[in-house]
Amino acid sequence: MRNTDKRVAKYEPFGTERTAQIIAEHKDLEGPLLPILHALQETFGYIDQAAEPIVAEALNISRAEVHGVVTFYHDFRAEPAGRHVLKLCRAEACQAAGADALAARAEARLGVAFGRTTADGRVTLEPVYCLGLCSVSPSAALDGRIVARLDAGKLDALVAETNR
Amino acid sequence: MSALRIYVPGDAAAAACGADEIAVAIAALAAKRKISVEIVRNGSRGMHWLEPMLEAATEGGRIAYGPVKLADVESVFEAMVAGGGEHKLRVGVPEEHPFLKRQTRLTFARCGIVDPRSLEDYEAHDGYKGLAKAVANHGGIVEEVIQSGLRGRGGAGFPTGIKWKTVAETKADRKYIVCNADEGDSGTFADRMIMEGDPFVLIEGMTIAGIAVGAAKGFIYIRSEYPHAIAMMTDAIGIARCAGMLGKTVAGSAFAFDLEVRVGAGSYVCGEETALLESLEGNRGQVRAKPPLPAHKGLFGKPTIVNNVLSLATVPVIMDKGAAFYKNFGVGRSRGTMPIQLAGNLNYGGLFETPFGITLGALVNDIGGGCFTGRPVKAVQVGGPLGAYFPPSLFDTPFDYEAFAARDGLIGHAGVVVFDDTVDMAKQARFAMEFCAIESCGKCTPCRIGSTRGVEIVDKIINGENPEKNIELLADLCNTMKFGSLCALGGFTPYPVVSALTHFPEDFKPARQREAAE
Repeated sequence: MRNTDKRVAKYEPFGTERTAQIIAEHKDLEGPLLPILHALQETFGYIDQAAEPIVAEALNISRAEVHGVVTFYHDFRAEPAGRHVLKLCRAEACQAAGADALAARAEARLGVAFGRTTADGRVTLEPVYCLGLCSVSPSAALDGRIVARLDAGKLDALVAETNR
Repeated sequence: MSALRIYVPGDAAAAACGADEIAVAIAALAAKRKISVEIVRNGSRGMHWLEPMLEAATEGGRIAYGPVKLADVESVFEAMVAGGGEHKLRVGVPEEHPFLKRQTRLTFARCGIVDPRSLEDYEAHDGYKGLAKAVANHGGIVEEVIQSGLRGRGGAGFPTGIKWKTVAETKADRKYIVCNADEGDSGTFADRMIMEGDPFVLIEGMTIAGIAVGAAKGFIYIRSEYPHAIAMMTDAIGIARCAGMLGKTVAGSAFAFDLEVRVGAGSYVCGEETALLESLEGNRGQVRAKPPLPAHKGLFGKPTIVNNVLSLATVPVIMDKGAAFYKNFGVGRSRGTMPIQLAGNLNYGGLFETPFGITLGALVNDIGGGCFTGRPVKAVQVGGPLGAYFPPSLFDTPFDYEAFAARDGLIGHAGVVVFDDTVDMAKQARFAMEFCAIESCGKCTPCRIGSTRGVEIVDKIINGENPEKNIELLADLCNTMKFGSLCALGGFTPYPVVSALTHFPEDFKPARQREAAE
């Protein structure tokens, strides 16, 4: 269990054949839609709208149902994220330890608001509501690597890492 | 000479404090020094201010050091090689530390002690004893769980045994056991710690549940924010299956039971049991109206037990030591122990399992050691984002489902988040409404619309627009949400809002008035 797993995620370009293959791999599970969507996003980095009718057809549900599910969950992206994804916990246990000031600092340092990607496509800044690190708060995750006891110095180091 | 065994927690909280890098550094140092070491990635003991807390197995038992930074690795390693020698970071025997010594660890008995990926280690520490008794007397499991007084640890506090009895008595061709591991409440991490530190206890608890009600299949729905827990549970299920502890003949018995991990997708409301079932089925995580109860018509329309991680992980010790043993702990109708999570602005945050009945003040001040900022405590939110804010004047409240309810609060999943006197409670009330708006599933109007209107009203109050009228309106809105919402998201969001208004009215005065008063 390495904490560095998804440091640099490499994604494949979207393809319908690969999509069909992924669907086939998960189709026989009970309640296969979420596992399929997770697998699509892990492969392509986002869920292309062109994938939705293919999934719908394979599972014998409507396109609207698939689209409804994709858009309901915060995890699923309609378009690729930046090369790095920086998530800052914005929930109460982190607020109590100074997360609001760090959130403002992150926005200022990156020049984007939460939920947005920098113009150069370098980094997407996202809020997360709890990483379960509430006793060592505030916390953040850069490309899946979790960091606790965040302070201004550690945050700046994370931002600097996205420049590499 | 056998290898020196060194424990470096693999728990996410330890990893986030640098434990992975330290494990690598120790391995490199041992290789360089040609000293044979065995590094065990254990769970966390729950003393999180000491993480990463390393332990060495010595002749005199395990000796801990923490919090270890990369720069300390060499000197700590020397002390460990010397048989648990002196060091400025030496904690000593972990069990002797007051934070652990004051606890009663039943659910967390093995967490931080065993190698979570070792079934042998699990069995050597009383693992699967509960299952053996359950298999031998499968007709008596439900009654044992009822007698133990165990109530849902997810927050609702519904008697676990009664839920099981309903499923057991419902006839169907298939039944399911669903573990709710969508631990989304801020300030909570007990489910995560158990899954990462003692995964087999959850597998054992779910297996016992399956045998009790006649279900052969279980799902563990883990939130996507917990990659360490997902990896650990997936590995543990594979190990248990290979060892014959899951599958067609569980532990060589006539019972079949198997498990699957499912990953959530970032939706808080999926922690609500019916939304969770919808999500498992591949739908939008929208809450279902009850009845029918999940115990009658749950996953794919079949009778289903939906229990929290901690409820299921507590079943093995109840089966092993008996309902009477478990019930003997606690107060009133809150029986047994509760793994309480101390979080936020505290000197000594972590996992504190104790019988029900300890006061909130003891938890915050005596055990948690007050705020790490050195400032006075102003408010404590108990029970996650839907829990009430309590001021220090309510610190005599005992940790007990009914005692908190009597003071318009809830213990929820037992997260305790501490704030110092710099917190602005109007801002916290606004956040509660904002969070509800972000996470509302949209099915019922009080939650979907009410939360957005709530944010607007709090803004008006803060800006000094008709404050008296708007405070009245906010209270009225909270009343509508509380009684008109389908589930706890809309129904309980009023708890933090109303408690903030009730206990901290001065924070709701317009900014100009507040400045003038100071």
